[in-house]
Amino acid sequence: MSDFSAMGGYGAYIWSAYAVFFVVLIADALAPVWQRRRTLRDLAGRFKREAARRSP
Amino acid sequence: MNPLVLWFHKCGSPPYFYRLAGRLLPWLYGAALVSGAIGLYGGLAMAPADYQQGDSFRIIYIHAPAAWMSLFGYAFMAANGFIALVWRIKLCETLAMASAPVGAAFTFITLATGSLWGKPMWGTWWTWDARLTSELVLLFLYFGVIGLYHAIEDTRTAARAAAFLALVGVVNLPIVHYSVTWWNTLHQGSTVSLMGGSHISGSMLWPLLTLAFATHVYFFASVLARTRSALLALESGKDWVRNLVMQNRSVKGAAHV
Repeated sequence: MSDFSAMGGYGAYIWSAYAVFFVVLIADALAPVWQRRRTLRDLAGRFKREAARRSP
Repeated sequence: MNPLVLWFHKCGSPPYFYRLAGRLLPWLYGAALVSGAIGLYGGLAMAPADYQQGDSFRIIYIHAPAAWMSLFGYAFMAANGFIALVWRIKLCETLAMASAPVGAAFTFITLATGSLWGKPMWGTWWTWDARLTSELVLLFLYFGVIGLYHAIEDTRTAARAAAFLALVGVVNLPIVHYSVTWWNTLHQGSTVSLMGGSHISGSMLWPLLTLAFATHVYFFASVLARTRSALLALESGKDWVRNLVMQNRSVKGAAHV
């Protein structure tokens, strides 16, 4: 197992590269989830205010 | 009209596309995860070490697929931008703008992993080699498109202005691709080729192709997810969005509508 993580002496470079890959892609995958939540919340608030204005 | 053309027209309708993308998304994420895991296992554990580069070559399994996606993402963005400019299709504006951040993410991964590969193999993190420089220009083009899109208040005007910038930047794509042939600098030539055959053994190649598949599927998953929420914001005056938002509120805490 330590052989595997050492990667023939290049472990630090390889695992850093894979860490960059995963961190960036996980952030990229989460961004639309947050964006969707924010959009739904904003729109719900807006529609509620509009409904309140229409019925005094 | 024939059924295919009819279906294509239907896809251009935001509510239809929103639902279609919602149905596709779990499958796309699932396929990307499974094929990505298989490819990573093949690349990190099963493929033999390179005779010259030892184990350091294993960075190729993320570097090359990310680099392909940086170009593919730009081409996809520009193609949708072109359709948006010529035929004013709202969906294509949204798709083009949704692919910019995903493409930029892949471009950043390409530059960072390439740097981490360059240090042990070339002895430097960075050099102004033709391939590296043109890939950096590609990242700046993505930033330009994203920045311009966010700088203009009206979403549709912003998308068309940014699409125009994206189209101008297409000139950089062949430069990135052929840079290793046109200029004889540090970056190695292509290992894998669609036509002329690849210079890599099968045991090293299949994980690479599997990861290329995984990143393509992931790209579309991310673009569709971004497109869905962008469509909600863009069509906020329409009944289908109002119904969907209200329905989502009434089943708060339940699964996504």
